[in-house]
Amino acid sequence: MKTLREKEKLIFELSVEGKSGIDIEFPVEKKDFQGEYKRGGKIGLPEVSEVEVVRHFTRLSKMNYGVDDGFYPLGSCTMKHNPKMNEKVASMEGFLHSHPMFSYNLVQGSLKAMKVLQNYLCEITGMDQCTLQPAAGAHGELTGMMMIRKYHEKKGNPRKYVLIPDSAHGTNPATSTFAGYQVIEIKSDETGCVDLNALKEAVNEDVAALMLTNPNTLGVFEKNIKEIADILHEKDALLYMDGANMNALMGVVKPGEMGVDVMHLNLHKTFSTPHGGGGPGSGPVCFKKHLAPFQPVPVVEGDEKDGYTMNWNYPDSIGKVHGFYGNFLVTLKALAYIMAMGGKGLKQTTYDAVLNANYVREKLKDYYNLPFKSETLHEVVFNDKYQEEHGVTTLDIAKRLIDYGIHPPTIYFPLIVHGAIMIEPTESESKEEIDYFIETMKKVAEEAKENPQILKEAPHFTPVRRLDETLAARKPVLKWKGEGND
Amino acid sequence: MSRFLPLSDRERENMLKEIGREDLFSPIPQGLRLKEDLKIKAHSEKEVLDFFKNLAEMNKNLTSFAGAGVYHHFIPSAVDYLSTREEFLTAYTPYQPEISQGTLQAIFEYQTMMCNILNMEVSNASMYDGATALAESILMAKRIVKKKNTVAISKGIHPHYIKVVKTYLKNLGINIIELELKDYATDIESLKQTLSENGDIFAVAIGYPNFFGSVEDLKTIVPLVKEYDKKAIVITSTTEPLAFGVIAPPGDFGVEIACGEAQSFGNYPGFGGPLLGFLTTTQKHVRQMPGRVAGQTVDVDGKRGYVLTLSAREQHIKRERATSNICSNQGWCMLRATIYLSLLGEEGFKKLASLNYSLSEYAKDNINKTKHFKVLNTKPTFNEFLVQTDVDFLKFRDLCIEKGVFPGVHLAKFGLDKDKFLLTTTEVIDTEDIDTLVEIMESVK
Repeated sequence: MKTLREKEKLIFELSVEGKSGIDIEFPVEKKDFQGEYKRGGKIGLPEVSEVEVVRHFTRLSKMNYGVDDGFYPLGSCTMKHNPKMNEKVASMEGFLHSHPMFSYNLVQGSLKAMKVLQNYLCEITGMDQCTLQPAAGAHGELTGMMMIRKYHEKKGNPRKYVLIPDSAHGTNPATSTFAGYQVIEIKSDETGCVDLNALKEAVNEDVAALMLTNPNTLGVFEKNIKEIADILHEKDALLYMDGANMNALMGVVKPGEMGVDVMHLNLHKTFSTPHGGGGPGSGPVCFKKHLAPFQPVPVVEGDEKDGYTMNWNYPDSIGKVHGFYGNFLVTLKALAYIMAMGGKGLKQTTYDAVLNANYVREKLKDYYNLPFKSETLHEVVFNDKYQEEHGVTTLDIAKRLIDYGIHPPTIYFPLIVHGAIMIEPTESESKEEIDYFIETMKKVAEEAKENPQILKEAPHFTPVRRLDETLAARKPVLKWKGEGND
Repeated sequence: MSRFLPLSDRERENMLKEIGREDLFSPIPQGLRLKEDLKIKAHSEKEVLDFFKNLAEMNKNLTSFAGAGVYHHFIPSAVDYLSTREEFLTAYTPYQPEISQGTLQAIFEYQTMMCNILNMEVSNASMYDGATALAESILMAKRIVKKKNTVAISKGIHPHYIKVVKTYLKNLGINIIELELKDYATDIESLKQTLSENGDIFAVAIGYPNFFGSVEDLKTIVPLVKEYDKKAIVITSTTEPLAFGVIAPPGDFGVEIACGEAQSFGNYPGFGGPLLGFLTTTQKHVRQMPGRVAGQTVDVDGKRGYVLTLSAREQHIKRERATSNICSNQGWCMLRATIYLSLLGEEGFKKLASLNYSLSEYAKDNINKTKHFKVLNTKPTFNEFLVQTDVDFLKFRDLCIEKGVFPGVHLAKFGLDKDKFLLTTTEVIDTEDIDTLVEIMESVK
């Protein structure tokens, strides 16, 4: 992780008056904006040439670590390979310059791509219809929960509560609040799954839905999912599935055949679109027929023969959740990936992801504690119990991995596991890379015993070392305020 | 299909043996498992690329005067090359700051640039788009002004944004009043009347410049709202922030939340996504802000560095009590904006804004000379304005399309007037293009 330059100034600190990274011709008579709304004075943008911009951002990039750099076993985040073909597809001029308010006859290619992807996602999930409008997973959750609310409203009562297992992602409870619901937490049983008795007790006519992640955040498949759906449906409550972990299921089961009413997918996890350092993602929502009237507008309709169009006439729709149609260019990448893999390839993907995770589990179970012993699918959750006696925590283990050129796993999540280390290798790793990870984890476990200090002080070779997060939050400095910002 | 799967069959076999599980999917009950493969054909890379080339060709890209929330701008090559460096593109959210300083410093630089452009004190690290940024801004204002429950939204805000706001607010029991327009800007008299009749308003949202291109009278609006209730918050929503190269920014007038869409900064139209929602505010309100934010700190050696901070507001910590459910944002679009704004710089930003404005004034002058078309805005505009025609717009539009020109966005697309359209001129248009459009306007009867 050493870079040639260990420090890069802020772009503002490189600024010298009178320079610019762009040459602008002025092919029209210049008119000055006049009047009381005219802007005066300096704006405060840097003044640098293209050369300096290129060097600056290249050096910044070298202080980052991407999937192309190596192992990235972030549990629940599915950091798989991002095929280069995807980028080529999404940067074709015909898509880049396609304007969302062009007449439909000028954007037939864009509309067809949306329709084809929707059909594939329905085939993969076993659901009836799909919307691509949500821009991210949490946005998909919100869309799905709003559709559920509208469903209940149409029946006369929006209901009050959403049930959420204690192992869920933080977005689930936050989403429920923003859909106007109160959250009731459902405890996990000793296998890490939803406790059916606790569920039965909680479900009544005031419960709108259960939000379930399957496999759950421990990587355990909720084998009673059909019973769970039945318990809910008996009281006309619905089953929402968080599809964050769909990489464990593709081609093996279809949520639509397990009683799920509505779910979202994360195209930036399961379907290989890059995370981009935090986004953009894409969170399509797939749903059964009974929720179709409530989907966001507009809805893509038509076929190649008669042409594609958008239908805004859905009187019971929840409305719009995005200014236009979602993160369209991201959805193209997912479509390219699905077409490349095909049905058999997606199944093999799932198989390899599950194989890799279980191989890691088997090889490391004597070195790190497994708090839940149930069989797992695409990820495995350890914790720092064996290292505790040496004063070493999960955080120290994570930071030491950086010294060996490995991105740390997801840590301290799920919340039901103390000191969780959540590993999801995905299908993208060669055996060589996985064995390197395993050997490194063993070495770190050894170091924790022999030389805990080296873990405490890790990472050693990064452009910066452990940062003072408390200081950042207590005295927030959120922008550059001029020389002397240090 | 196997090109993305680095295990060989032999390796798979051996690994399965080592695991000692006969059936890898044994955790899944047999009854649930699929009996058949998914009905999706696999394709070689060449086949995939050919399929998409064909789709891309089905799209028609014309000389475009379309705007209405998404803008065609020239993007310097360096933006594409730098932003697609894998270290940026394929990295995760920077939760591990030691190996994410590239992303984190870029966020910090973006936050600074947006604050300076808008003259605000704090910016977050992006929202999904301008529409959701407005919805989140209203919810943020509601958290600040707890006791009141009604937001007043100008009808001059982008109609799609208003739709999204309605979707977001509907389930939360917050009332919406829409403020009437006069001459395509918020009607001050009607605003006064609304404020005098309704004591429950916690925020007033104004487009600046608004959907119709008009520069709203913030100098009058903000004091009116503050006289009404000094705690009430004025929110501005901007679809084209390049305007602030020539137009005074919202922060000059006491606006407390300035949000909008920054796709214009180095991101392609892309059929409407991914876009770049921005949300800026004052230091005082930072703890009610939604979304991620990067802050400066020091490492154990005292070296300057950056981290995601104030995360006690966010869903992964606060769960059902978080300021928003947002997790993934538009980080990569934000990076592109940062690179783009670095290239433009102080003078480039002002000059580009001035060019957009000058082209627009040239177009307005010439359109007003035609017989059947006239510009309706009475207030100043930036690079977008409203045109009325007494000929059939759709016929005119089709005639334009035949000649390779897209004349602008029909208001009927938003359920508004059939005889009006929004016309935008950015630097990708030149005077010849405008002359061609005006010629077509003169040729129709």
